[in-house]
Amino acid sequence: MKKIMKAHIKEIAVAVTILALMIVLAFVAPGYFTRENLTDLFLANVPVMIIALGMTLIILLGQIDISVGSVFAICSIVAGMSARWGFSGAMSGLIACLAGAACGALNGGLVAYFRVPSIVVTLATMVALRDGLRWETQGSWIGNLPSHFQWLGLTQSSYTAVTFVLVSLLILLFVLGLRYLRIGRAIFATGSHETAARIVGINTERVTFFVFVFAGLLTGLAAMLNSVRFNQIPSNLGLGLEMKVIAAVAVGGTSITGGSGTILGTVLGVILLGSIGTALTFLGMSAYWEKAIQGGIILAAVAMNALGSYREKDRTHLDALPN
Amino acid sequence: MQVSTHLHESLPSSPLLVANSITKSFAGVRALKGASLELLKGEVHALIGENGAGKSTLTKIITGAIAVDSGRLEVSNQTISHNSPSIARALGIAAIYQQPSLFSHLTVAENIAFALENGTSAWKINWKSRYSRAQELIESLGSSIDPRRLASTLSMAEQQIVEIAKAIGTEAKILLMDEPTALLTEREVGNLFQLINRLRNEGAGIIYISHRLEEISAIADRITVMRDGETIACRNASEISRSELIHLMVGRSIASVFPKREVPIGDVAIEVRNLQNHSVGLHNISLSVRSGEIFGLAGLVGSGRTELARTLFGLTPSNSTILIQGKPVQVNSPADAIRLGIGYVPEDRRQHGVILEMGVATNISLANLKSVSRWGLIDREKEDKLATRYVDDLRIKTSSIFTATGMLSGGNQQKVALARWLAINPRIVILDEPTQGVDVGSKSEIHDLIVQLVEQGVAILLISSELPEILGMSDRIGVVRMGRIMGILSRGEATQAKIMSLAFGRSSVDEITQ
Repeated sequence: MKKIMKAHIKEIAVAVTILALMIVLAFVAPGYFTRENLTDLFLANVPVMIIALGMTLIILLGQIDISVGSVFAICSIVAGMSARWGFSGAMSGLIACLAGAACGALNGGLVAYFRVPSIVVTLATMVALRDGLRWETQGSWIGNLPSHFQWLGLTQSSYTAVTFVLVSLLILLFVLGLRYLRIGRAIFATGSHETAARIVGINTERVTFFVFVFAGLLTGLAAMLNSVRFNQIPSNLGLGLEMKVIAAVAVGGTSITGGSGTILGTVLGVILLGSIGTALTFLGMSAYWEKAIQGGIILAAVAMNALGSYREKDRTHLDALPN
Repeated sequence: MQVSTHLHESLPSSPLLVANSITKSFAGVRALKGASLELLKGEVHALIGENGAGKSTLTKIITGAIAVDSGRLEVSNQTISHNSPSIARALGIAAIYQQPSLFSHLTVAENIAFALENGTSAWKINWKSRYSRAQELIESLGSSIDPRRLASTLSMAEQQIVEIAKAIGTEAKILLMDEPTALLTEREVGNLFQLINRLRNEGAGIIYISHRLEEISAIADRITVMRDGETIACRNASEISRSELIHLMVGRSIASVFPKREVPIGDVAIEVRNLQNHSVGLHNISLSVRSGEIFGLAGLVGSGRTELARTLFGLTPSNSTILIQGKPVQVNSPADAIRLGIGYVPEDRRQHGVILEMGVATNISLANLKSVSRWGLIDREKEDKLATRYVDDLRIKTSSIFTATGMLSGGNQQKVALARWLAINPRIVILDEPTQGVDVGSKSEIHDLIVQLVEQGVAILLISSELPEILGMSDRIGVVRMGRIMGILSRGEATQAKIMSLAFGRSSVDEITQ
């Protein structure tokens, strides 16, 4: 028990913070827990959650992807346009996913095979894709969406239920995948030390490429699930999304240098950062404080991680040094 | 155990440094339980002990890197109540560690200047004097490294030489050397020892930490033995035998240093003919290793031994074919090599040999996840069983199979690295410096393991800079020099002198023996 506590101290810290927030809300603003508010909160955070899952893999690899906001916008527009061209809801979703995967392949290919640092690659694609989209759409919004696109042709409540199941399944898949699939081990090994991973026969380029493509595909899925909630799709979607996503992963305890982290941590990170904004409104605080408090939480989490890993490293060095 | 630190009235000089009853705990673990050490002027004082005995902790306390819990530290009869790296430096204490830590994007001269020019004018840098000072120091070590070179372009041995130059440049009175020769070639070791002798004659005190007992008997005046955080004994080097030292260190005697046994030699397991890999500087390499045979690869650091190992394992693939049990194959990646039954324990254990963040079990199964998988899924139970088996077999000391491998001692990390390759049921295992920086006990266990492997018919390619190890373990020895095999010696004909003359090329050996 003690060992489990120790191994998951980061996740426990985030969970405790969420719990504390909920307790305060329960006493001060029980209105927070109404069905409508929770539904809204959930739907608004579905994209962050799905993209954060993919981002966790990328960060576990020791890489980063700051182009997700632009990719998200492109995929949303692609989904809407496909629907307008007469594709079914499912087909439009698939096309959006493929668009996301293509963007991921561009990023991943440059990072894995051309060895360009991921921060540079994705900074470039973030700007290029965003401005390409702006030029293509001339800043206009995609409207006149067919009715089968709205809520995927479902009612709002059944759509929410379906999405909830889908997101839960995805999370479960990630947790189990990292634990039981060989690619999971390959991701951790590559993120810890690339040469060490190569020595055990891991094709680290292929792993990196695959992860970027897969994360792109998830961004496409997130874009699809988000677009169906509105009757118009703005082309400036997803501005600042990368920061929300990366912050959630970092708060969840995934080491920004790669090699260690958990899906559970990311899920908790998304929940914490996602619920805090509206919580402040409910607590009667000015919305202007939201960003400041979010920043504070991120700083606290990252500082805790840094302290934790500093201590770990310190001990590792002491124990492992050939005296 | 008797601690006899304060004897030696016979020696005329006064103590430069006294550490008395030092204790230190880390997170509840007692690393030092009353360690004492006395260093005299003009003395080389060896500090020996197994991994985890507390040698590094003690040196870190002397250099001010960590604070004591209790105990007394005196430098030149002055009690140091509070120590820090800068205080230690002001007191004339300098240290050289096993792993060089240079600023890789700066030049050799700049690296040396950082150690020497502390606090001098930041207004204008006198580059001329910087370079000449660096040159001077490096030449005094018998080396010819250009001080304008970037540290990142230096080999490990060259980096170590720069570290030593830094330390002697500060004109330290007390010099700590923690395994300074681990990365050096025999010739560089010779130069270092000359220098140590010179510093000793000039009145410096040197604390010398090493696992190589032959070095210690060559250079040390006195020897302090540590075990389990305590200083067990302090003796004059001339009055103690090597076996006594080993006995003191491990608390038991080790029967034979090299457990080589006669094993029937089988068919050729791996062979290369005229292998070329010019991108890493390998030319016309021909060699073969048979099942049940240990083929030693000797040569200086940087001679191409490691490059050959990496080429055979597919890390730096060549176009040349490799014959595995007579069948020509291409090894283009480690994955290919592993499929062909080749295992590889790399030189740099902490970076490449194991994945420090991962648990012991996950490290052991990592090269062979298929064998612990069912329907493409990893079977944790199978994996844990596999790990437990190897932890027991190899006597890996770890609190559990889930402990992060980085928490283990060096010798145990190396056993994890070996276990990983045993788990693939290899036909060929390439070992690059498998016992470097490993304590005496684990070292002989690793040697035993190598012998067990050849008894099972595995072919071993053993790279080592330690000649006694190469001579003691190998059936045949290939000597590499400048990316070529200079000669292959049988066990019967190989001697230290023959290997060295091949490794250096004839002319330089003549220089050395003169």
